[in-house]
Amino acid sequence: MNGHRIVPAGDSVLVLEFEERIDAILSARAAAVAEALDAAAMPGIRDVVPTYRSVAVYFDPLQTGRTELTQTLEALANQPTPERLRAHRTAIEIPVCYGGDFGPDLASVAAAAGLTETDVVALHSGVTYQVLMIGFMPGFAYLGTLDSRISVPRLTTPRPRVPRGSVGIAQQQTGVYPGDGPGGWQLIGRTPVRPFDLSRTDPFLFRAGDDVRFVSVTRSEFDQLDRSS
Amino acid sequence: MLTTVQDGGRWGYQSRGVPVAGPMDRFAHRLANVIVGNDPRDATLEVTLLGPHIEFADDRLVSVTGAEFENIPSNAAFSVSPSQPLIFGRRIRGARAYVAISGGIDVPMVLGSRATHLPSAMGGLGGRALKTGDELRLGPPKGGHYRNEGTSRHVLTSVVSAFRRTESTLHILPGPQADRFAADALAILESQAYVVDPNSNRVGYRLNGPHLQSITSADIISDATPMGSIQVPASGTPILLMADCQTTGGYAKIANVISADLTIAGQLAPGDKVSFARCSLSEAVDALRSQEQILLAMEQS
Repeated sequence: MNGHRIVPAGDSVLVLEFEERIDAILSARAAAVAEALDAAAMPGIRDVVPTYRSVAVYFDPLQTGRTELTQTLEALANQPTPERLRAHRTAIEIPVCYGGDFGPDLASVAAAAGLTETDVVALHSGVTYQVLMIGFMPGFAYLGTLDSRISVPRLTTPRPRVPRGSVGIAQQQTGVYPGDGPGGWQLIGRTPVRPFDLSRTDPFLFRAGDDVRFVSVTRSEFDQLDRSS
Repeated sequence: MLTTVQDGGRWGYQSRGVPVAGPMDRFAHRLANVIVGNDPRDATLEVTLLGPHIEFADDRLVSVTGAEFENIPSNAAFSVSPSQPLIFGRRIRGARAYVAISGGIDVPMVLGSRATHLPSAMGGLGGRALKTGDELRLGPPKGGHYRNEGTSRHVLTSVVSAFRRTESTLHILPGPQADRFAADALAILESQAYVVDPNSNRVGYRLNGPHLQSITSADIISDATPMGSIQVPASGTPILLMADCQTTGGYAKIANVISADLTIAGQLAPGDKVSFARCSLSEAVDALRSQEQILLAMEQS
Protein backbone atom coordinates (compact mmCIF):
# COMPACT_ATOMS: atom_id res chain seq x y z
CA MET A 1 0.00 0.00 0.00
CA ASN A 2 1.20 3.47 -0.76
CA GLY A 3 0.53 4.77 2.70
CA HIS A 4 -3.04 5.99 2.66
CA ARG A 5 -6.68 5.10 2.04
CA ILE A 6 -9.97 6.98 1.94
CA VAL A 7 -12.88 5.45 3.87
CA PRO A 8 -16.44 6.69 4.41
CA ALA A 9 -17.86 7.26 7.89
CA GLY A 10 -21.51 7.36 6.86
CA ASP A 11 -23.01 9.35 3.98
CA SER A 12 -21.57 12.73 4.93
CA VAL A 13 -18.04 12.10 6.20
CA LEU A 14 -14.96 10.89 4.33
CA VAL A 15 -11.81 9.96 6.23
CA LEU A 16 -8.33 10.05 4.74
CA GLU A 17 -6.15 7.66 6.74
CA PHE A 18 -2.37 7.45 6.68
CA GLU A 19 -0.45 4.50 8.09
CA GLU A 20 -1.72 3.10 11.36
CA ARG A 21 0.75 4.39 13.92
CA ILE A 22 1.31 7.41 16.12
CA ASP A 23 4.05 9.38 14.42
CA ALA A 24 4.68 13.13 14.37
CA ILE A 25 5.33 13.02 10.61
CA LEU A 26 1.90 11.50 9.92
CA SER A 27 0.20 14.04 12.19
CA ALA A 28 2.02 16.83 10.35
CA ARG A 29 0.79 15.42 7.03
CA ALA A 30 -2.79 15.23 8.36
CA ALA A 31 -2.56 18.84 9.59
CA ALA A 32 -1.20 19.95 6.19
CA VAL A 33 -4.05 18.23 4.33
CA ALA A 34 -6.60 19.82 6.68
CA GLU A 35 -5.12 23.28 6.15
CA ALA A 36 -5.13 22.86 2.38
CA LEU A 37 -8.76 21.71 2.45
CA ASP A 38 -9.77 24.66 4.62
CA ALA A 39 -8.02 26.97 2.17
CA ALA A 40 -9.76 25.33 -0.81
CA ALA A 41 -13.17 26.25 0.69
CA MET A 42 -15.08 23.66 -1.32
CA PRO A 43 -18.88 24.09 -1.28
CA GLY A 44 -20.77 22.13 1.35
CA ILE A 45 -17.77 21.35 3.58
CA ARG A 46 -18.89 21.69 7.21
CA ASP A 47 -15.81 20.73 9.17
CA VAL A 48 -12.31 19.37 8.60
CA VAL A 49 -10.88 17.45 11.53
CA PRO A 50 -7.24 16.33 11.50
CA THR A 51 -6.36 13.62 14.03
CA TYR A 52 -3.18 11.61 14.73
CA ARG A 53 -2.97 9.95 11.36
CA SER A 54 -6.18 10.87 9.57
CA VAL A 55 -8.33 13.73 8.36
CA ALA A 56 -12.13 13.60 8.59
CA VAL A 57 -14.07 15.80 6.20
CA TYR A 58 -17.69 16.54 7.15
CA PHE A 59 -19.74 17.57 4.13
CA ASP A 60 -23.28 18.01 2.88
CA PRO A 61 -23.78 15.16 0.38
CA LEU A 62 -26.45 17.24 -1.39
CA GLN A 63 -23.95 20.03 -2.07
CA THR A 64 -20.52 18.44 -2.22
CA GLY A 65 -19.61 16.06 -5.00
CA ARG A 66 -18.32 12.93 -3.33
CA THR A 67 -16.20 12.00 -6.33
CA GLU A 68 -14.70 15.47 -6.51
CA LEU A 69 -13.97 15.45 -2.77
CA THR A 70 -12.37 12.01 -3.04
CA GLN A 71 -10.16 13.22 -5.89
CA THR A 72 -9.17 16.31 -3.93
CA LEU A 73 -8.27 14.19 -0.90
CA GLU A 74 -6.34 11.79 -3.09
CA ALA A 75 -4.33 14.66 -4.58
CA LEU A 76 -3.63 16.17 -1.16
CA ALA A 77 -2.61 12.78 0.26
CA ASN A 78 0.03 12.50 -2.44
CA GLN A 79 1.49 15.91 -1.69
CA PRO A 80 5.14 15.75 -0.77
CA THR A 81 5.54 15.36 2.99
CA PRO A 82 6.03 18.80 4.49
CA GLU A 83 9.69 19.06 5.50
CA ARG A 84 8.85 21.24 8.47
CA LEU A 85 5.20 22.13 8.11
CA ARG A 86 5.44 24.42 11.08
CA ALA A 87 8.70 26.12 10.17
CA HIS A 88 6.94 29.45 9.62
CA ARG A 89 5.49 29.38 13.10
CA THR A 90 7.38 29.97 16.32
CA ALA A 91 7.01 27.40 19.07
CA ILE A 92 4.34 28.17 21.66
CA GLU A 93 6.00 28.50 25.10
CA ILE A 94 4.09 27.17 28.07
CA PRO A 95 5.41 28.27 31.48
CA VAL A 96 4.98 25.46 34.02
CA CYS A 97 5.39 25.42 37.79
CA TYR A 98 6.36 21.78 38.36
CA GLY A 99 5.70 19.63 41.43
CA GLY A 100 4.17 20.45 44.80
CA ASP A 101 0.41 20.89 44.92
CA PHE A 102 0.45 21.64 41.18
CA GLY A 103 2.11 18.35 40.26
CA PRO A 104 0.88 15.72 42.71
CA ASP A 105 2.29 12.84 40.63
CA LEU A 106 5.77 14.28 40.00
CA ALA A 107 7.37 12.39 42.91
CA SER A 108 5.88 9.04 41.93
CA VAL A 109 6.80 9.55 38.26
CA ALA A 110 10.40 10.27 39.33
CA ALA A 111 10.47 7.26 41.63
CA ALA A 112 9.10 4.94 38.93
CA ALA A 113 11.72 6.20 36.47
CA GLY A 114 14.58 5.98 38.97
CA LEU A 115 15.23 9.70 38.49
CA THR A 116 15.09 12.83 40.60
CA GLU A 117 12.20 15.28 40.23
CA THR A 118 14.69 17.75 38.71
CA ASP A 119 15.60 15.15 36.06
CA VAL A 120 11.94 14.64 35.18
CA VAL A 121 11.41 18.39 34.81
CA ALA A 122 14.53 18.65 32.63
CA LEU A 123 13.35 15.81 30.39
CA HIS A 124 9.81 17.19 30.12
CA SER A 125 10.89 20.77 29.37
CA GLY A 126 13.94 19.85 27.32
CA VAL A 127 12.27 19.04 24.01
CA THR A 128 9.99 20.65 21.44
CA TYR A 129 6.67 18.84 21.15
CA GLN A 130 4.22 18.80 18.30
CA VAL A 131 0.43 19.04 18.55
CA LEU A 132 -0.44 15.56 17.21
CA MET A 133 -4.19 15.91 17.67
CA ILE A 134 -6.81 18.06 19.38
CA GLY A 135 -9.78 16.37 21.03
CA PHE A 136 -11.24 15.08 24.30
CA MET A 137 -12.41 18.57 25.34
CA PRO A 138 -12.33 22.03 23.71
CA GLY A 139 -8.70 23.10 23.31
CA PHE A 140 -7.08 19.89 24.61
CA ALA A 141 -3.91 19.18 22.59
CA TYR A 142 -2.21 15.79 22.57
CA LEU A 143 1.52 16.61 22.48
CA GLY A 144 4.25 14.21 21.45
CA THR A 145 6.67 12.78 21.79
CA LEU A 146 7.45 12.41 25.47
CA ASP A 147 10.91 11.12 26.41
CA SER A 148 10.57 7.35 26.90
CA ARG A 149 12.41 7.57 30.24
CA ILE A 150 9.41 9.39 31.78
CA SER A 151 6.70 7.51 29.91
CA VAL A 152 4.11 6.40 32.48
CA PRO A 153 0.70 4.74 32.20
CA ARG A 154 -2.59 6.54 32.78
CA LEU A 155 -3.91 6.43 36.36
CA THR A 156 -5.91 3.27 37.00
CA THR A 157 -8.66 5.45 38.46
CA PRO A 158 -9.03 8.85 36.79
CA ARG A 159 -9.33 11.88 39.05
CA PRO A 160 -12.90 13.20 39.12
CA ARG A 161 -11.65 16.78 38.95
CA VAL A 162 -8.38 17.94 37.44
CA PRO A 163 -7.85 21.71 37.83
CA ARG A 164 -7.59 23.91 34.75
CA GLY A 165 -3.99 24.38 33.58
CA SER A 166 -2.76 21.05 34.96
CA VAL A 167 0.06 19.53 32.92
CA GLY A 168 -0.21 15.78 32.59
CA ILE A 169 1.75 12.94 31.05
CA ALA A 170 0.59 9.51 29.88
CA GLN A 171 2.37 6.96 27.73
CA GLN A 172 4.26 8.85 25.01
CA GLN A 173 2.29 12.09 25.35
CA THR A 174 1.80 15.21 27.43
CA GLY A 175 -0.90 17.86 27.53
CA VAL A 176 -2.51 20.77 29.34
CA TYR A 177 -6.05 20.46 30.73
CA PRO A 178 -7.95 23.49 29.32
CA GLY A 179 -10.71 23.38 31.94
CA ASP A 180 -11.67 21.69 35.21
CA GLY A 181 -12.87 18.18 34.60
CA PRO A 182 -12.17 14.50 35.02
CA GLY A 183 -8.78 13.26 33.86
CA GLY A 184 -6.57 10.18 33.99
CA TRP A 185 -3.14 11.54 33.10
CA GLN A 186 -0.40 11.82 35.74
CA LEU A 187 -0.07 15.45 36.83
CA ILE A 188 3.42 16.93 37.09
CA GLY A 189 2.77 20.69 37.11
CA ARG A 190 0.46 23.54 36.25
CA THR A 191 0.52 26.48 33.84
CA PRO A 192 -1.25 29.83 34.14
CA VAL A 193 -1.70 29.79 30.34
CA ARG A 194 -5.21 29.01 29.13
CA PRO A 195 -5.39 26.75 26.06
CA PHE A 196 -9.09 27.64 25.65
CA ASP A 197 -10.48 31.02 26.68
CA LEU A 198 -13.65 32.40 25.09
CA SER A 199 -12.82 35.92 26.26
CA ARG A 200 -9.85 36.06 23.86
CA THR A 201 -10.17 37.18 20.24
CA ASP A 202 -8.79 33.77 19.29
CA PRO A 203 -10.06 31.46 22.03
CA PHE A 204 -7.76 28.64 20.96
CA LEU A 205 -4.06 28.48 21.76
CA PHE A 206 -3.23 25.31 19.86
CA ARG A 207 -3.82 24.00 16.40
CA ALA A 208 -2.83 20.65 14.94
CA GLY A 209 0.81 20.71 13.81
CA ASP A 210 1.94 23.51 16.17
CA ASP A 211 5.27 23.30 18.02
CA VAL A 212 5.12 23.60 21.80
CA ARG A 213 7.81 23.97 24.49
CA PHE A 214 7.43 23.87 28.26
CA VAL A 215 9.48 26.29 30.37
CA SER A 216 10.00 25.71 34.09
CA VAL A 217 8.96 28.67 36.28
CA THR A 218 8.90 29.23 40.05
CA ARG A 219 5.73 29.53 42.09
CA SER A 220 6.10 33.30 42.36
CA GLU A 221 6.59 33.60 38.60
CA PHE A 222 3.50 31.42 38.14
CA ASP A 223 1.46 33.67 40.44
CA GLN A 224 2.66 36.78 38.63
CA LEU A 225 1.78 35.34 35.22
CA ASP A 226 -1.57 34.08 36.52
CA ARG A 227 -2.51 37.57 37.72
CA SER A 228 -1.62 39.15 34.41
CA SER A 229 -3.42 36.57 32.26
CA MET B 1 -37.26 17.08 32.45
CA LEU B 2 -34.48 18.23 30.16
CA THR B 3 -35.00 21.26 27.98
CA THR B 4 -32.11 22.94 26.18
CA VAL B 5 -31.65 25.71 23.63
CA GLN B 6 -30.44 24.28 20.30
CA ASP B 7 -29.74 25.62 16.83
CA GLY B 8 -28.17 23.97 13.77
CA GLY B 9 -25.02 23.18 15.76
CA ARG B 10 -21.57 24.61 16.40
CA TRP B 11 -19.88 23.67 13.15
CA GLY B 12 -16.33 24.51 12.15
CA TYR B 13 -14.52 24.04 15.46
CA GLN B 14 -14.20 20.29 15.77
CA SER B 15 -10.53 20.66 14.77
CA ARG B 16 -10.14 22.57 18.06
CA GLY B 17 -11.96 19.94 20.09
CA VAL B 18 -15.32 21.74 20.20
CA PRO B 19 -18.26 19.35 19.73
CA VAL B 20 -21.06 20.23 17.30
CA ALA B 21 -23.96 19.71 19.74
CA GLY B 22 -27.23 20.99 18.19
CA PRO B 23 -30.52 19.11 17.95
CA MET B 24 -30.77 15.35 18.43
CA ASP B 25 -33.42 15.41 15.67
CA ARG B 26 -32.15 17.98 13.16
CA PHE B 27 -35.06 17.46 10.77
CA ALA B 28 -37.68 18.20 13.45
CA HIS B 29 -35.70 21.24 14.61
CA ARG B 30 -35.58 22.68 11.12
CA LEU B 31 -39.19 21.81 10.43
CA ALA B 32 -40.30 23.68 13.56
CA ASN B 33 -38.49 26.79 12.33
CA VAL B 34 -39.91 26.50 8.83
CA ILE B 35 -43.46 26.31 10.14
CA VAL B 36 -43.26 29.62 12.02
CA GLY B 37 -41.30 31.32 9.22
CA ASN B 38 -37.98 31.42 11.10
CA ASP B 39 -34.56 31.11 9.56
CA PRO B 40 -33.54 27.42 9.57
CA ARG B 41 -30.61 28.32 11.83
CA ASP B 42 -32.71 30.03 14.51
CA ALA B 43 -32.62 28.50 17.98
CA THR B 44 -35.47 26.34 19.25
CA LEU B 45 -36.09 24.55 22.52
CA GLU B 46 -35.38 20.83 22.59
CA VAL B 47 -37.84 19.32 25.06
CA THR B 48 -37.00 15.82 26.32
CA LEU B 49 -39.76 13.45 27.49
CA LEU B 50 -41.49 15.93 29.83
CA GLY B 51 -42.83 19.22 28.54
CA PRO B 52 -42.12 22.46 30.38
CA HIS B 53 -44.74 25.10 31.18
CA ILE B 54 -43.90 28.16 29.08
CA GLU B 55 -45.37 31.63 29.51
CA PHE B 56 -45.00 34.40 26.93
CA ALA B 57 -44.52 38.14 27.35
CA ASP B 58 -46.07 38.98 23.99
CA ASP B 59 -48.03 37.43 21.14
CA ARG B 60 -46.03 34.90 19.12
CA LEU B 61 -46.46 32.19 16.55
CA VAL B 62 -45.28 28.80 17.83
CA SER B 63 -44.82 25.31 16.42
CA VAL B 64 -43.96 22.01 18.06
CA THR B 65 -42.46 19.18 16.05
CA GLY B 66 -40.84 15.83 16.82
CA ALA B 67 -42.32 14.19 19.92
CA GLU B 68 -46.09 14.54 20.24
CA PHE B 69 -47.92 15.72 23.35
CA GLU B 70 -51.66 15.48 24.05
CA ASN B 71 -52.35 19.22 24.53
CA ILE B 72 -50.29 20.52 21.65
CA PRO B 73 -50.97 20.43 17.93
CA SER B 74 -48.04 18.81 16.14
CA ASN B 75 -46.36 20.21 13.05
CA ALA B 76 -48.65 23.23 12.83
CA ALA B 77 -48.37 26.92 13.59
CA PHE B 78 -50.52 28.29 16.40
CA SER B 79 -50.64 31.52 18.36
CA VAL B 80 -49.67 32.08 21.96
CA SER B 81 -50.09 35.21 24.05
CA PRO B 82 -49.46 36.33 27.64
CA SER B 83 -52.83 34.85 28.56
CA GLN B 84 -52.18 31.56 26.71
CA PRO B 85 -49.22 29.66 28.13
CA LEU B 86 -47.87 26.54 26.48
CA ILE B 87 -48.74 23.46 28.52
CA PHE B 88 -47.62 20.15 27.06
CA GLY B 89 -49.60 17.53 28.91
CA ARG B 90 -48.98 13.82 28.50
CA ARG B 91 -46.42 12.59 25.97
CA ILE B 92 -47.94 10.43 23.25
CA ARG B 93 -44.92 9.37 21.22
CA GLY B 94 -41.31 10.29 20.49
CA ALA B 95 -38.69 11.49 22.96
CA ARG B 96 -37.81 15.02 21.86
CA ALA B 97 -40.03 17.88 20.79
CA TYR B 98 -38.77 21.09 19.19
CA VAL B 99 -40.48 24.33 20.11
CA ALA B 100 -39.94 27.08 17.56
CA ILE B 101 -41.14 30.56 18.43
CA SER B 102 -41.33 33.23 15.74
CA GLY B 103 -38.17 35.33 16.06
CA GLY B 104 -36.18 32.48 17.56
CA ILE B 105 -34.58 32.15 21.01
CA ASP B 106 -32.03 34.92 21.47
CA VAL B 107 -29.27 33.62 23.74
CA PRO B 108 -25.70 34.85 23.11
CA MET B 109 -23.77 33.23 20.27
CA VAL B 110 -20.75 31.19 21.37
CA LEU B 111 -18.38 30.37 18.51
CA GLY B 112 -21.09 31.16 16.02
CA SER B 113 -23.83 29.05 17.56
CA ARG B 114 -26.52 29.17 20.24
CA ALA B 115 -26.51 25.38 20.71
CA THR B 116 -26.15 24.05 24.26
CA HIS B 117 -23.35 21.51 24.79
CA LEU B 118 -24.02 20.13 28.25
CA PRO B 119 -20.71 18.28 28.96
CA SER B 120 -18.59 21.40 28.35
CA ALA B 121 -21.27 23.80 29.66
CA MET B 122 -21.08 25.81 26.43
CA GLY B 123 -23.76 27.84 24.64
CA GLY B 124 -27.49 28.03 25.25
CA LEU B 125 -28.53 29.61 28.53
CA GLY B 126 -25.34 29.58 30.62
CA GLY B 127 -24.28 26.25 29.09
CA ARG B 128 -26.97 24.39 31.00
CA ALA B 129 -30.44 22.90 30.73
CA LEU B 130 -33.35 25.25 31.49
CA LYS B 131 -34.83 25.31 34.96
CA THR B 132 -37.99 26.68 36.48
CA GLY B 133 -38.04 30.47 36.53
CA ASP B 134 -35.61 30.99 33.64
CA GLU B 135 -36.43 33.83 31.28
CA LEU B 136 -35.40 33.68 27.62
CA ARG B 137 -35.18 36.62 25.24
CA LEU B 138 -36.72 36.21 21.81
CA GLY B 139 -35.60 37.72 18.54
CA PRO B 140 -37.89 40.13 16.71
CA PRO B 141 -40.68 38.25 14.90
CA LYS B 142 -39.98 38.10 11.18
CA GLY B 143 -43.15 40.06 10.49
CA GLY B 144 -45.06 37.96 8.00
CA HIS B 145 -47.87 35.62 8.94
CA TYR B 146 -47.56 31.94 8.40
CA ARG B 147 -47.95 31.41 4.72
CA ASN B 148 -50.00 28.41 3.82
CA GLU B 149 -50.85 26.30 6.78
CA GLY B 150 -53.29 24.00 5.01
CA THR B 151 -50.90 22.90 2.27
CA SER B 152 -47.95 22.41 4.57
CA ARG B 153 -49.92 20.36 7.04
CA HIS B 154 -51.02 18.12 4.24
CA VAL B 155 -47.44 17.61 3.01
CA LEU B 156 -46.25 16.99 6.54
CA THR B 157 -48.84 14.41 7.35
CA SER B 158 -47.49 12.27 4.55
CA VAL B 159 -43.86 12.79 5.64
CA VAL B 160 -44.50 12.02 9.26
CA SER B 161 -46.44 8.89 8.43
CA ALA B 162 -43.54 7.80 6.23
CA PHE B 163 -41.24 8.06 9.25
CA ARG B 164 -43.63 6.08 11.39
CA ARG B 165 -43.36 3.02 9.15
CA THR B 166 -39.67 2.71 9.86
CA GLU B 167 -39.73 4.25 13.27
CA SER B 168 -37.72 1.56 15.00
CA THR B 169 -35.32 0.76 12.16
CA LEU B 170 -32.18 2.76 11.54
CA HIS B 171 -30.41 2.28 8.23
CA ILE B 172 -26.65 1.95 8.41
CA LEU B 173 -23.57 1.97 6.23
CA PRO B 174 -20.48 -0.06 7.19
CA GLY B 175 -18.22 2.10 9.37
CA PRO B 176 -14.58 3.09 8.87
CA GLN B 177 -13.39 0.22 11.08
CA ALA B 178 -15.95 -2.41 10.02
CA ASP B 179 -13.01 -4.56 8.90
CA ARG B 180 -11.82 -4.85 12.52
CA PHE B 181 -14.85 -6.93 13.42
CA ALA B 182 -15.67 -10.55 12.64
CA ALA B 183 -17.14 -11.11 9.17
CA ASP B 184 -20.61 -11.73 10.61
CA ALA B 185 -20.59 -8.75 13.03
CA LEU B 186 -22.77 -6.52 10.84
CA ALA B 187 -25.21 -9.41 10.40
CA ILE B 188 -25.32 -9.85 14.19
CA LEU B 189 -26.00 -6.12 14.59
CA GLU B 190 -28.97 -6.55 12.21
CA SER B 191 -30.15 -9.83 13.70
CA GLN B 192 -32.40 -8.57 16.48
CA ALA B 193 -33.59 -5.37 18.13
CA TYR B 194 -31.43 -3.55 20.67
CA VAL B 195 -32.84 -1.75 23.68
CA VAL B 196 -31.74 1.79 24.52
CA ASP B 197 -30.10 1.63 27.96
CA PRO B 198 -31.30 3.94 30.78
CA ASN B 199 -27.71 5.21 30.92
CA SER B 200 -28.13 7.10 27.63
CA ASN B 201 -28.18 10.81 26.98
CA ARG B 202 -27.39 13.51 24.41
CA VAL B 203 -23.81 12.20 24.16
CA GLY B 204 -24.87 8.73 23.09
CA TYR B 205 -27.08 5.69 23.54
CA ARG B 206 -25.82 2.44 25.02
CA LEU B 207 -27.53 -0.37 23.15
CA ASN B 208 -28.34 -3.58 24.99
CA GLY B 209 -28.48 -6.63 22.75
CA PRO B 210 -26.09 -9.00 21.01
CA HIS B 211 -22.46 -8.16 21.73
CA LEU B 212 -20.12 -7.36 18.86
CA GLN B 213 -16.56 -8.55 19.17
CA SER B 214 -13.67 -7.00 17.35
CA ILE B 215 -11.08 -9.32 15.85
CA THR B 216 -8.00 -7.68 17.29
CA SER B 217 -8.34 -4.85 19.79
CA ALA B 218 -11.39 -2.64 20.31
CA ASP B 219 -9.05 0.33 20.66
CA ILE B 220 -7.88 2.29 17.66
CA ILE B 221 -5.64 5.31 17.24
CA SER B 222 -8.16 8.02 18.12
CA ASP B 223 -9.92 9.61 15.17
CA ALA B 224 -13.00 11.70 14.42
CA THR B 225 -16.36 10.55 15.83
CA PRO B 226 -19.32 11.87 13.84
CA MET B 227 -22.85 11.79 15.26
CA GLY B 228 -24.48 8.54 14.12
CA SER B 229 -21.33 6.46 14.55
CA ILE B 230 -21.84 3.09 16.22
CA GLN B 231 -18.70 2.48 18.27
CA VAL B 232 -17.93 -0.71 20.14
CA PRO B 233 -15.68 -0.71 23.23
CA ALA B 234 -14.03 -3.91 24.49
CA SER B 235 -17.22 -4.82 26.41
CA GLY B 236 -18.90 -5.52 23.06
CA THR B 237 -21.90 -3.28 23.87
CA PRO B 238 -22.44 -0.89 20.96
CA ILE B 239 -22.84 2.83 21.60
CA LEU B 240 -24.63 5.10 19.13
CA LEU B 241 -22.96 8.51 19.27
CA MET B 242 -25.41 11.40 19.31
CA ALA B 243 -25.37 15.21 19.23
CA ASP B 244 -23.18 15.99 22.27
CA CYS B 245 -20.47 13.39 21.50
CA GLN B 246 -16.79 14.31 21.68
CA THR B 247 -14.98 15.28 18.50
CA THR B 248 -12.61 12.28 18.70
CA GLY B 249 -12.56 8.84 20.25
CA GLY B 250 -10.53 5.67 20.43
CA TYR B 251 -13.09 2.88 19.92
CA ALA B 252 -13.59 1.05 16.64
CA LYS B 253 -16.71 2.12 14.74
CA ILE B 254 -18.54 -0.73 13.06
CA ALA B 255 -21.23 1.31 11.28
CA ASN B 256 -22.76 4.73 10.78
CA VAL B 257 -26.47 5.51 10.88
CA ILE B 258 -27.43 7.35 7.68
CA SER B 259 -28.07 11.09 8.05
CA ALA B 260 -31.74 10.84 7.07
CA ASP B 261 -32.44 8.33 9.86
CA LEU B 262 -30.88 10.45 12.61
CA THR B 263 -34.33 12.05 12.83
CA ILE B 264 -35.59 8.65 13.99
CA ALA B 265 -32.61 8.07 16.29
CA GLY B 266 -33.22 11.43 17.91
CA GLN B 267 -36.70 10.29 18.94
CA LEU B 268 -35.52 7.24 20.89
CA ALA B 269 -35.91 7.13 24.66
CA PRO B 270 -34.42 4.70 27.21
CA GLY B 271 -36.27 1.39 26.98
CA ASP B 272 -37.15 1.84 23.29
CA LYS B 273 -36.30 -0.91 20.84
CA VAL B 274 -34.27 -0.16 17.75
CA SER B 275 -33.15 -2.32 14.83
CA PHE B 276 -30.46 -1.79 12.25
CA ALA B 277 -30.48 -2.58 8.54
CA ARG B 278 -27.84 -1.96 5.92
CA CYS B 279 -28.68 0.16 2.91
CA SER B 280 -26.69 1.47 -0.03
CA LEU B 281 -24.95 4.83 -0.16
CA SER B 282 -27.29 6.01 -2.92
CA GLU B 283 -30.35 5.04 -0.85
CA ALA B 284 -28.88 7.02 2.05
CA VAL B 285 -28.36 10.14 -0.06
CA ASP B 286 -31.77 9.78 -1.73
CA ALA B 287 -33.47 9.60 1.68
CA LEU B 288 -31.67 12.75 2.78
CA ARG B 289 -32.60 14.48 -0.48
CA SER B 290 -36.31 13.66 0.03
CA GLN B 291 -36.22 15.27 3.47
CA GLU B 292 -34.39 18.29 2.14
CA GLN B 293 -36.88 18.73 -0.71
CA ILE B 294 -39.80 18.80 1.72
CA LEU B 295 -38.14 21.48 3.84
CA LEU B 296 -37.14 23.53 0.80
CA ALA B 297 -40.63 23.32 -0.68
CA MET B 298 -42.09 24.54 2.60
CA GLU B 299 -39.54 27.34 2.91
CA GLN B 300 -40.42 28.55 -0.56
CA SER B 301 -44.19 28.19 -0.22
